[in-house]
Amino acid sequence: MGKLNLDKNLIDRCRQAAKNITDEVQKFIDVHTTTSTERAIVRLLNIDGVDEIGKPLPNVVVDNIKEGGGLGRGAAYWLGNAILNTGLTPQEIAERISAGEIDITRLPAKDEGAIRETIYELAKKTVDKIKANREKREEYIRTLGEGRQPYIYVIVATGNIYEDIIQAQAAARQGADVIAVIRTTGQSLLDYVPYGATTEGFGGTYATQENFRLMRKALDEVSEEIGRYVRLTNYCSGLCMPEIAAMGALERLDMMLNDALYGILFRDINMQRTLIDQFFSRVINGFAGIIINTGEDNYLTTDDAVEAAHTVLASQFINEQFALKAGIPPKQMGLGHAFEMNPDLENGFLLELAQAQMAREIFPEAPLKYMPPTKYMTGNIFKGHIQDAMFNMVSIMTHQGIQLLGMLTEAIHTPHLHDRYLSIENAKYIFNNARNLGDEIEFKEGGIIQTRAQEVLKKAAELLTEIEKEGLFAILEQGKFAGVKRSRTGGKGLDGVAKKDAGYFNPFIDLMLGGDR
Amino acid sequence: MMTQVQKVDLTKVKPYGDTMNDGMVQLSFTLPVPDGDEAVEAARQLVKKMGFEEPSVVYHKDLGIGYTYFIVYGKTIYTVDYTKIEVPKVDVKTMEKEEVEQFIRDNIKRNVVVVGACTGTDAHTVGIDAIMNMKGYAGHYGLERYHGIEAYNLGSQVPNEELVAKAIELKADAILVSQVVTQKNVHIPNLTQLVELLEAEGIRDKVILCCGGPRITHELAKELGYDAGFGPGTFAEDVASFIVTEMVKRGLV
Repeated sequence: MGKLNLDKNLIDRCRQAAKNITDEVQKFIDVHTTTSTERAIVRLLNIDGVDEIGKPLPNVVVDNIKEGGGLGRGAAYWLGNAILNTGLTPQEIAERISAGEIDITRLPAKDEGAIRETIYELAKKTVDKIKANREKREEYIRTLGEGRQPYIYVIVATGNIYEDIIQAQAAARQGADVIAVIRTTGQSLLDYVPYGATTEGFGGTYATQENFRLMRKALDEVSEEIGRYVRLTNYCSGLCMPEIAAMGALERLDMMLNDALYGILFRDINMQRTLIDQFFSRVINGFAGIIINTGEDNYLTTDDAVEAAHTVLASQFINEQFALKAGIPPKQMGLGHAFEMNPDLENGFLLELAQAQMAREIFPEAPLKYMPPTKYMTGNIFKGHIQDAMFNMVSIMTHQGIQLLGMLTEAIHTPHLHDRYLSIENAKYIFNNARNLGDEIEFKEGGIIQTRAQEVLKKAAELLTEIEKEGLFAILEQGKFAGVKRSRTGGKGLDGVAKKDAGYFNPFIDLMLGGDR
Repeated sequence: MMTQVQKVDLTKVKPYGDTMNDGMVQLSFTLPVPDGDEAVEAARQLVKKMGFEEPSVVYHKDLGIGYTYFIVYGKTIYTVDYTKIEVPKVDVKTMEKEEVEQFIRDNIKRNVVVVGACTGTDAHTVGIDAIMNMKGYAGHYGLERYHGIEAYNLGSQVPNEELVAKAIELKADAILVSQVVTQKNVHIPNLTQLVELLEAEGIRDKVILCCGGPRITHELAKELGYDAGFGPGTFAEDVASFIVTEMVKRGLV
């Protein structure tokens, strides 16, 4: 089976190595928590809003716990204990902490069984709400329908959520299936999530729960108007991964950029912090029915797309295993890759085709997230439009799942209204005009395409075997991914990592991974 | 006799479509009005006001929210005097990698320390990576691969304070700043602040200070107090040549 004659044993070997690698890391994850994980729990227990200086109450609560030395016990425990002591709601408790009236770790300790019972009751309600969101999405798709894959995915990035809404609705009417609201530059390094509707941002718009709600509402309206469910995407990465996931689940986002290694490599976030954070964020995304998009495309913008192709595949295997551990089924795994080879390369199109077809065959159920050319976009918008057309051609030939459309004005500015229209027109033309081309052709045995795919798989297997031997932390320290070296204790956010103590619990892991899905 | 092809008059240069001085220009833009005859006329009138004769709307399309996209051709009435053009440029002859290395051995006789970063909130390292990283860009090796250059790429979102501290710690000869995100001119105050910090530390004169990015020009860089600005199409050897030549010129060896 397959067009590339890939060695099935080698694929199995890669998968097993990735499983062993992530098993090791998961042992570490399971005994640790982070400030952002606890803030996500706090949010899911209905605490929201900001204090008089604009500090989000989830930060106020978790900082109070951390200052009291209680982070290892977890916010769920402390909130449950506070509820039993005061009879107040979590939101009221947060407000009292903010006012300096409650010091949450200094309240008398109540019975642990009663604490758990109180918290689970609250948590169950949130979980039901998220489940209802998931069902609402399914209902929309059942009644309105959805675009065919590859989903046409475009970005809006005005900085102003209300302007974004205008652009998003226009894109939907032009044929977009997925709208991503790019975050303002720098948000990934904020150790809190801003609050409320926002109208100022640089190169993007703040991810806030209110902005999520406003955009989802606008897309629901346009979905009903055009008779096609339009998905909403945001960025579940950076220092607040689990919190963004919680907000997205509550506001029915449909996709999230969510990579296990991206923050470590490209934002210099501490590796312990990111690996712990990605787990809970993915548990939430998985349960909420959100399709995650992984960030392997980034390896190819920093490294060479021909030489580093195997690192993309290796990372896809690792992302797949981390996702499975967090309860994300393959149909929600938008594993990433990109069309980033130098356009001057002879037969470059064949190598791109090999890579895309290989990913398709190795991850048959995943809605692969295919990223457009960016690195070799020059400002020559006319050539750029053709590069994007070549990218669209590979996608339709290899049945990619999610097509982030290239923009002819890439490398010039964030997309103008008509740039997006031209891109959508380009993609729709090619997807329609060559819809079943891939089903009609086979690749020559031992030819350029087959040979290339087999080579990349072989190199990925070698890399995964090496990581399996040395451990993921060590490999990241050596700079084996994207040529970027990171130390285990370096980077941002390590001070938010804590070892769990014996009384720790997170009700949402149980409820989302275990019970009724 | 056949008509001769008209020669260009460099004091009155006009766009060329298929005939000298036809002034032909293609434009595309969106107007926030619904598609229709009035929209087409609005586009035509607008282009006429821009100084184009015989504006011709060749394509118009509704964009879904009552806005219309246009492609328009017109003949401009304006000309420029090419003979009077002056453009500030980075004034240095670019050497090849090996020549730069030889230049350092001959004239500087020690390692040149270069510190680079994407500063402020900018997370786009593609530019600084192309100049500094071993692999470079499009077959042009980066500064890390140069013998005689110690290159430190601090990566993305580096605060100016941190960059300055690192430059002092490493005794940097040159500082490279990459700014890719320039929406709403966010790069201007950021670039200015770096110059102020270096002046406050008293080391502005002791380093070669360069900035680069897709919207950066040498003119802008000079205006902001930098020694040089590098735009698109710059390779490591352009930057390296400038640094080493400037070091010798300013007696910073």
